[in-house]
Amino acid sequence: MGRSLLSKVWDLHAVRMLPTGQTQLFVGLHLVHEVTSPQAFAMLRENGWKVAFPSRTVATVDHIIPTLSLARPFADAQAEEMLVSLQRNCRDFGVPLYDLGAPEQGIVHVVGPELGFTQPGMTIACGDSHTSTHGAFGALAFGIGTSQVRDVLASQCLAMDPMRLRRVDVTGRLAPGVYAKDVILAIIHALGVKGGVGYAYEYGGEAVDAMSMDERMTLCNMSIEGGARAGYVNPDATTFAYLKGRPAAPRGDAWDRAVAWWSSMASEADASYDDRVTLDGAALEPHVTWGINPSQSAGISGRVPKAADAGPEGRAQIAEALEYMGFAGGEAIAGTKIDVAFIGSCTNGRLSDLREAARVVKGRKVAKGVKALAVPGSNAVRAAAEKEGLDAVFRDAGFEWRGAGCSMCLAMNPDRLEGRQVCASSSNRNFKGRQGSPTGRTLLMSPAMVAAAAVAGEVADVRALLGGTR
Amino acid sequence: MSLPAIRRASGTARPLAGDDIDTDRIIPARFLVSVTFDGLGAHAFEDDRKAAKARGEVHPFDDARFSGASLLLVNRNFGCGSSREHAPQALLRGGIKAVVGESYSEIFFGNSVAIGLPCVTLPHEAMAALQKLVARDPARMLALDLETRTLAAGEAAFEVAMPENARQAFLSGHWDGTSMLLDRFEAVEELARRLPYVAGFPPTA
Repeated sequence: MGRSLLSKVWDLHAVRMLPTGQTQLFVGLHLVHEVTSPQAFAMLRENGWKVAFPSRTVATVDHIIPTLSLARPFADAQAEEMLVSLQRNCRDFGVPLYDLGAPEQGIVHVVGPELGFTQPGMTIACGDSHTSTHGAFGALAFGIGTSQVRDVLASQCLAMDPMRLRRVDVTGRLAPGVYAKDVILAIIHALGVKGGVGYAYEYGGEAVDAMSMDERMTLCNMSIEGGARAGYVNPDATTFAYLKGRPAAPRGDAWDRAVAWWSSMASEADASYDDRVTLDGAALEPHVTWGINPSQSAGISGRVPKAADAGPEGRAQIAEALEYMGFAGGEAIAGTKIDVAFIGSCTNGRLSDLREAARVVKGRKVAKGVKALAVPGSNAVRAAAEKEGLDAVFRDAGFEWRGAGCSMCLAMNPDRLEGRQVCASSSNRNFKGRQGSPTGRTLLMSPAMVAAAAVAGEVADVRALLGGTR
Repeated sequence: MSLPAIRRASGTARPLAGDDIDTDRIIPARFLVSVTFDGLGAHAFEDDRKAAKARGEVHPFDDARFSGASLLLVNRNFGCGSSREHAPQALLRGGIKAVVGESYSEIFFGNSVAIGLPCVTLPHEAMAALQKLVARDPARMLALDLETRTLAAGEAAFEVAMPENARQAFLSGHWDGTSMLLDRFEAVEELARRLPYVAGFPPTA
């Protein structure tokens, strides 16, 4: 039996077996942001510890950023305090910070790959569950809590339990109008929100091989929504082409040696897996969530389920979701009226996401009464989008073109739903209250589908608006 | 850093029914806009509590019958979603000393261990029986013993489970692991030097 990337990366980073029976795992890249780090830095100060490997640590600010205005101090005094605290902590502990206003600043899971910090064969940790994003490069990347952020800052290590490995094959080619977002929503729908607990997911198959790095990041990003703390794609020519020339990527002779080593870290053809799942990618249609967790989705031609259709185990959960979302059960998901359209987040806030959405809105108008936001995932994405005129496309259609940040994905900045608003959202979580209003409702979908919903004023099949091929 | 061992947790319990209760519900994100964990206890389940009130219901965290509870009784995949440690912090700071449930998300479980909040599991049927028992008799004293892996509830007793390394961490007072990770720091530095990407992909000798 050959070895998997997971087992190679794990073994390479294992320092020792701890007295607790866990593995002490070295973290090759530690990404830091303002939300989950201040208490960790405070614990370092209390104990007189320093940051063990500042050169393996990178910080930025993303969650709390007001995307309308970067004027300081922030209107929210506590948000201002968080930023000041991050700046002081990075200065005091020698951690490089891509600060507010810096051209490199943006959502941590957009910035890491963009700058070339995220590389194959690494272990990557960050106090954020969507750290799984970085697995797109063939890294073992996972989210941690604040106490573990402290552990990594102080020791560059974590105490970890082994992960099982599930191979997820997506066969065939995705149809036009079907994206990585639809693939991951379909996977989570099939395996459930707890199906991945204890596992890392290795994504492969023809559809995944054909994906761009942006798409692979979308796929890996939502691994955690299916319960899998990590998800990855084996590194290949697409990965290397993306990394080449990035600021933190190796160059010169080191580049060739890096590519050779990265290639050697990929899973072997006869690698062993604890479980295997196959999904027919060619048969997928755009997916939309109708409920309060990311597994509660339907194809665009499908219907919202009725509680009575489910077995006794699932009935109460569906009933709870229908009540919260205001669905009777049994209606078509297409045609669901929306109030807000949000394009952005660490899931779908990259240049290709904006391009696909712009293709849909170009020459069209946002429906009356719909508030539509396009929020680039980083300043670099924003600049690149503006260079090709996407900002004008969005603005002409009636979208607001915002600054880079986490924005309306979560309720930590001024971008929030109000009351029972329904939001077509390219983000990752449709939990109750996730987008800032305790009664707000989220429909997760691809950025192109959000664009289609924005112009239609209701959930609509983007394939009808795209025409032609991808 | 020397920490107290955690062997037992006892008191009354608060049943909170439902699978897949995510950390956004445990502590809504707006309460994360802070540089400390102070004051989180008061806001646990704040939006769910308000929603229950609006429906004319009483959320278990507002139910006077369960006030002062030390144990929280939950179902499957508790704490899924965001990695925010603010979620177990909100429970701990709100007086919860241990969680008994059917299963947990991995990150929530790890965060709970790291802050000294034991989370043990019970099979589905036993959990249903326990939640029913506590709903009927909210004053019932429960005693969780990590050494014997038992949860005593008056005449009823349940066998609970917890991954062995987490259990040992609580029993030995090693649940806060930084010191352990710093113990052999020279080995960490040596491993780092061997990693091609840390060394800058040098030509191999």
